[in-house]
Amino acid sequence: MNAQEIKFAAARPDFAAIAAWIPDGASVLDLGCGDGSLLRYLKETRDVRGYGVEISDLDIVSCIANGVNVIQNDLDAGLADFEDGSFDFVILSQTLQATRYTEALIQEMLRVGREGIVSFPNFGHWRNRLSIMRGMMPVSPELPYQWYDTPNVHLCTLQDFETFCRDHRVAVLERRVMSGENEVHLFPNLRGRTAVYRFQRAL
Amino acid sequence: MNASANSIGIVSAQRAHFDTPLVFRSGAVLPGYDLVYETYGTLNADKSNAILICHALSGHHHVAGYYADQPQNVGWWDNMIGPGKPIDTNKFFVVGLNNLGGCHGSTGPSTINPETGKPYGASFPVITVEDWVEAQARLADRLGIQQFAAVIGGSLGGMQALQWSLAYPERMRHVLAIAAAPRLTAQNIAFNDVARNAILTDPDFHGGDYYQYNVVPRRGLRLARMLGHITYLSDDVMADKFGRDLRADNFQYGYDIEFEIESYLRYQGDKFASYFDANTYLLMTKALDYFDPAHDFGGDLNAAFARAKAEFLVISFTTDWRFSPQRSREIVRPLLHNRRRVSYAEITSTHGHDSFLMPHPHYFDVMRAYLDNVAREAA
Repeated sequence: MNAQEIKFAAARPDFAAIAAWIPDGASVLDLGCGDGSLLRYLKETRDVRGYGVEISDLDIVSCIANGVNVIQNDLDAGLADFEDGSFDFVILSQTLQATRYTEALIQEMLRVGREGIVSFPNFGHWRNRLSIMRGMMPVSPELPYQWYDTPNVHLCTLQDFETFCRDHRVAVLERRVMSGENEVHLFPNLRGRTAVYRFQRAL
Repeated sequence: MNASANSIGIVSAQRAHFDTPLVFRSGAVLPGYDLVYETYGTLNADKSNAILICHALSGHHHVAGYYADQPQNVGWWDNMIGPGKPIDTNKFFVVGLNNLGGCHGSTGPSTINPETGKPYGASFPVITVEDWVEAQARLADRLGIQQFAAVIGGSLGGMQALQWSLAYPERMRHVLAIAAAPRLTAQNIAFNDVARNAILTDPDFHGGDYYQYNVVPRRGLRLARMLGHITYLSDDVMADKFGRDLRADNFQYGYDIEFEIESYLRYQGDKFASYFDANTYLLMTKALDYFDPAHDFGGDLNAAFARAKAEFLVISFTTDWRFSPQRSREIVRPLLHNRRRVSYAEITSTHGHDSFLMPHPHYFDVMRAYLDNVAREAA
């Protein structure tokens, strides 16, 4: 990855937010790591000890080419290869909405990691609501798929996710809501396009 | 088989003699021995670009290219190794050898024992993966290779690659274990035992000293290979290749070859029995059965792999049931436990255990992506 690409990775707003929470030398498991950009970025800027989990053949090759450790696995099959408490952070970036056993996976994240980090497109954004009010499923840069051809099976709003956490003994430690590169503070469930949460098991 | 495009071309085998006795894990001692090997590519000035290829059950030192006087005799992994191929001989110095106990030129049961003037036969010691790696390390010393860029092997060869990382943690930077397992399951040992019994009970076996009777236990070896072959293929590929196809139009209601699969297996068995040594087959299967890095660690693979320092690439194939993806994951887990650098790819392939020898595009992409980085480090 050249300087420009690193800039790109840093420019993906949820990557920047996630990276800001990861201290130097942390151990990181990135679920649905894609081509390994985030892990490579974290390795180069934070010296993390990282592994990715990915199911796509193409992405496996990209991760290996990126010098990122990657384990080919279906997230819906769980994280059986990973031991309890073996990572400081388990990251699920822009993948939550595409997992089938979402509830079990969040629990698995907190079994394997000390803290979990998820980012997802906020279905509660006003444009999505407007689209529904007009009678159509939303299509946007964050949700680029048509309803009949989408990997997203578990879309949620900020409020949905926070309710889920309360009901599943998950304690939210920090939240960042983004619209593009800008952080959203006012009416986040209406104005936020992407949400990033850091959480741990509630005591 | 013809050489593929971008073949390394004409190669020749070399022979190294070793006078230092080798003490086997069993306690047996081999006072001296020969290893035959081939090399491809050029060893760089700081000797950092060497790759060792460890062969599987029926493999040998002729890994790539072909012989000047036998253009049809192409190396068993010629599709993977050569100029511009995933194991790129423009970048790497590749070493392939015939393991001790083999029947392709290295000292083995069919070799004349200098002490008796007769073939070793039954007196050749039962050998282990650990013993092989010891002999391979001596060959590396002879070639002036202190540290391999990578040690690579498929199946039983993958076990040797793993053993390298445990016996000589500093002597390689990368290990590529393909279609391998950390140790065999009971089912796998059972297959090997049936194969061995086919040979051991052949009347021509003569307790392993058949050479002096000028016979070979051909029937046993043939059966062993037929059984093995079934386990190397997948149900899918057999169905696809042969199905229930008959050689004649109708059932013959007899015991001659009728189904195409029977014809194929018998052909493979006959071919193998015509050139492979039965004693070597016995030794190879025992080496497979014995290998268990956790043996000295109370069965704990996590403890066994704590010594490893290399970076690992582990590859399995979806339809491989002899060395299934599950077995490869048993290699990955202790590496994760010990916080080693490891990547794992599960290749979707129809060819069963034999997949590791096939030119599968995605498999080759994975190998190439990994080894390009290894080459960059070595440069």
